[in-house]
Amino acid sequence: MALLTLLSHWRRHPGQLVTLMLGLALATALWSGVQAINEEARQSYARAAASVTAQSYDRLVTPDGQPVPMADYIALRRAGWLVSPVIGGHVQIGAERWRLLGIDPLTAPQGILPQAAGESLVDPTAFLTGPGQAFVTPGVNIVSDQREMPNFVPVEGIAPGLILTDLSVAARLLDQQDPSFLTILPDQPAGLPALAEVTSLTRQQPSEDRDLSRLTQSFHLNLTAFGFLSFAVGLFIVHSTIGLAFEQRRPVFRTLRALGLPLGRLVGALMVEVTGIALIAGSVGVFLGYFVAAALLPDVAGTLRSLYGADIGGSLAFRPLWAGVGLLIAMLGAWLSAAQAVWKVARMPLLAPAQPRAWAMASAKGRRWQVAGALALFGTSGVAGATGGSLIAGFLCLGALLLGAALMLPPVVSLILAGLSRMVRGALPEWILADTRQQLPGLSLALMALLLALSANVGVSTMVGSFRQTFLGWLNQRLVSELYVTAASNGQAEEIRAMLAPMVDATLPIAYAESRIAGAPGRVYGVADHATYREYWPMIVSVPHVWDALAAGQVALINEQLSLREGLSPGDPVRLTNGLTLPVGGVYSDYGNPTGQAMIALSLLRDRFDDVQEQRTAIRIDPERRGAVIATLQDRFDLPDGAVVDQERVKQASIDVFDQTFRVTGALNVLTLAVAGFALLASLMTLATMRLPQVAPLWALGQTRARLAWIELGRSLGLVLITWAVALPVGLALAWVLLAVVNVVAFGWRLPMMLFPLDWVRLLGLAVLSSALAAAYPALGLLRMPPAHLLKVFSNER
Amino acid sequence: MNVRVLLLAIFWANQALTQGFSGLGTEAEGFAMPDPQHVISFPQDHGAHPDFRIEWWYLTATLEGDDGAQYGVQWTLFRSAMRPGEGEGWQSPQVWMGHAAVTSAEEHHVAERLARGGIGQAGVISTPFETFIDDWQMLATGAGLEDMTVRARGADFAYDLALHATGPIVLQGDRGYSVKSPGGQASHYFSQPFYEVSGVVTLPDGPVAVTGQGWLDREWSSQPLAEDQSGWDWFSLSFDTGARLMGFGLRGAALFTSATWIAPDGTPTPYGDGALQLTPLNHVEIEGREVPTEWRVALPVRGVDVTVEALNPQAWMGVSFPYWEGPISIAGSHTGRGYLEMTGY
Repeated sequence: MALLTLLSHWRRHPGQLVTLMLGLALATALWSGVQAINEEARQSYARAAASVTAQSYDRLVTPDGQPVPMADYIALRRAGWLVSPVIGGHVQIGAERWRLLGIDPLTAPQGILPQAAGESLVDPTAFLTGPGQAFVTPGVNIVSDQREMPNFVPVEGIAPGLILTDLSVAARLLDQQDPSFLTILPDQPAGLPALAEVTSLTRQQPSEDRDLSRLTQSFHLNLTAFGFLSFAVGLFIVHSTIGLAFEQRRPVFRTLRALGLPLGRLVGALMVEVTGIALIAGSVGVFLGYFVAAALLPDVAGTLRSLYGADIGGSLAFRPLWAGVGLLIAMLGAWLSAAQAVWKVARMPLLAPAQPRAWAMASAKGRRWQVAGALALFGTSGVAGATGGSLIAGFLCLGALLLGAALMLPPVVSLILAGLSRMVRGALPEWILADTRQQLPGLSLALMALLLALSANVGVSTMVGSFRQTFLGWLNQRLVSELYVTAASNGQAEEIRAMLAPMVDATLPIAYAESRIAGAPGRVYGVADHATYREYWPMIVSVPHVWDALAAGQVALINEQLSLREGLSPGDPVRLTNGLTLPVGGVYSDYGNPTGQAMIALSLLRDRFDDVQEQRTAIRIDPERRGAVIATLQDRFDLPDGAVVDQERVKQASIDVFDQTFRVTGALNVLTLAVAGFALLASLMTLATMRLPQVAPLWALGQTRARLAWIELGRSLGLVLITWAVALPVGLALAWVLLAVVNVVAFGWRLPMMLFPLDWVRLLGLAVLSSALAAAYPALGLLRMPPAHLLKVFSNER
Repeated sequence: MNVRVLLLAIFWANQALTQGFSGLGTEAEGFAMPDPQHVISFPQDHGAHPDFRIEWWYLTATLEGDDGAQYGVQWTLFRSAMRPGEGEGWQSPQVWMGHAAVTSAEEHHVAERLARGGIGQAGVISTPFETFIDDWQMLATGAGLEDMTVRARGADFAYDLALHATGPIVLQGDRGYSVKSPGGQASHYFSQPFYEVSGVVTLPDGPVAVTGQGWLDREWSSQPLAEDQSGWDWFSLSFDTGARLMGFGLRGAALFTSATWIAPDGTPTPYGDGALQLTPLNHVEIEGREVPTEWRVALPVRGVDVTVEALNPQAWMGVSFPYWEGPISIAGSHTGRGYLEMTGY
């Protein structure tokens, strides 16, 4: 009965209920959406790590990267070594390019082929013979072409973009009989001859740059931080709505208590109510979260692919555990938000006046505590930022900064209003300012939420903008040649260069060899001595006359990632391959590449490295004559599409990849802002109903309702303006932390910070728009309010 | 899917996954069938018969070490065809499986190797005779099968043995046509039961020099079991008199037995269903299965009534398709040593 009485409140205030539900649902949705994405990615990494593709086993390869001769494989097996052949490559099927992996299930390590619980998914005869079978991730549709295709079987657990099949099928589709490499099984028989006695193949450790979960950790931490931010913003909504509902029901509580309802029962009923609401709103939130995740996942997948080369699926699986955790989070959030209100009810004296008063009225003392808390958080942030060097420190720095700023906001706004009220003259402006200060406690949570969203927005867009600007500048520097040609072989590339030499300004071979630089896999490039590099190559730091020293084979250049990872500065020795160690001559920026890289003189590369890849050539030429050269090339050589690209296309492709990379960040940004706008709306609406006693006297004194409505609207906009102004420096500080701390750890490059004032104006526009929308509804309500309603304030005066 | 399941399926037909060896009783489309008219001839029948679905080269040896202990050694190469015939390179439908084991009273070491045909990782050459998978091999050092070397290696054991035949090759059943059921299922089957063996067995404790007797079985078919048969118990007994007895019982709706009495000079006398009597005496539990490791074996027409007992009752072959295989000792009307194989438990 008590519960029914309590619940009747919501029937009379459906708007409040909707606000509460929506707030909680949105918070849960964003949080659980992000979690779903992270979970999906984790599963993908786990699958990738478990498959043979992840190089979790040592391999035997030829030094030149060519397929392993069948005789070498057989010789190893006949010597007793347990090695398993793999034929891998790429195939174009229809419009799609697939990674094809053919394994030998008879010799492969256990657990490579997919299995369902205790049941074989494979018809062995069908898998090993005839057209064969191939496993692909579910949901893809492979359009077969003329070739004899295996039967495609969708199986959970196959990496996206991968076709896993029998060796015989791969051999047929790739037209390659010899294994691409051999997997060395971890357990070998006792008493085998040494590997070097049996084979000339090279043993390769699993390469470290494939440790996807480590590499992508920062990205997921980033997502989680965003999810948490959204959740916090959502909780602000919930907190203020629940607070309001409790405040409005004080008379009901008093009456119930006076009628003999024990306090315990009352609190119990309230808890049941909150839990029920949380369950319903949480379910809606989890449901929405699933769609948020499903909508964002393709972007996330794109980001991960372009940043780290990590393949995760674009489709989302529903996981009960995840849904349960989402519900739990919703419930915890609701309880947290209600705790204060319930506590107040529990301590309410039985005979306290039931008069509603502005809830959560902050005293001067409370404000001092807020300031102290904010300062403590700023301190924490500073310490974390200064001592940091880890991602956790970076994010701690960010979080403390944001929270501190949020706590600091109400005192700052109050201070500004106080300052303004000393400056203005006239009854109405003074009243407006005084009333705004009076309103502040009720609005401060919403304003804090808005501040968080705005700061995050400024911070992230500054970071992305700075990155983009730097990246574009770097592209312009680095992609200076007018044309790039990829030949089918080193020999053909040489022919092309020989033919073009008289026609163009310069032909610059892009030559590299795979190696282990300072112990980790990476590429060593060889550069010709040409003005193009001297003038345009983006160096961060270098020794004097570095290009002369490079051309003389005396130094190596390394990329920023390698420099930061290994702590190498100019002058330090860096080991490039067996027997070749050179001093670092300079460090250049190299965005978008997760691995280490070095540059040495072209002649030195050709001398000291096996298997130098020289298929690509950069061509300097008068842009006017590009078309003629392309025509000549295509005429003389049988080059496939895409073998000749001009600078513009390379740049555009790079920019596309970049934009793809940060698309998900943008989407989350917008969502967070939307939630904050909604928080503002919720607060304003609840305040509007409570503020009649304040507004009615003004009306009685002769102000028109229209005027009053405009005042209300203007006041909200003013508050938003102040919030925006505070958010700017906070956001910039955020951006600095992202650029100087988080990026270095996460990606291995430091970026200069640039300012984008136009973005701030745009953001102000957005904030004003959302707050205008939020304020418009209550203002409109005031405008349309029947005068009798306003009059009632006086007749009802208690 | 794990490889075990895959292999089980390859070797013993798909629908047989749960019934184990009974899968041998299923249809054999397109494969050659055993022919009673076929005259076994050498050296070609030492080689592979890729048109038949299944085939094996099966050596067992009962040995005594210079440490006085008894040992058993097994070396087996199975060939299974997913469809009849050969193919080029990876496209070959032939799959090879090797099993090797060393058994003592306390220890039982097992290893398994798998390979596909067509690439030279495993196979059989009839002249000079050689069977191999990886570094395991059984290699003739002279003409025919008279002198051979055999070696294999696992994670924790290895052996290297020399074989010398002191008697002729013996055709089982009707001149090598061995009937397996009342319905007429059959295989081509011959043996060389007269090997003298010497060599070295390496165990975790170190190498042991060994000598003893060996028995090679050659068998190929496409459908050796009837639909209702679930497995077999196979005995190769070498009596101290110099005579040999091969006998098996196929467990189906009714027990189907077959035996060959081999005189010391190698003259075989086949006995059809019912002549051989097999009675399990004692079971041991191995991996949740009840396996009879002590038997009464009687061939009354030859006055044979013996009890055979496993040297190591835990001689379980925990390979892709598990079975029991181990050395036995013989007591009763005759004495001697032998090997026992039990499948389908």
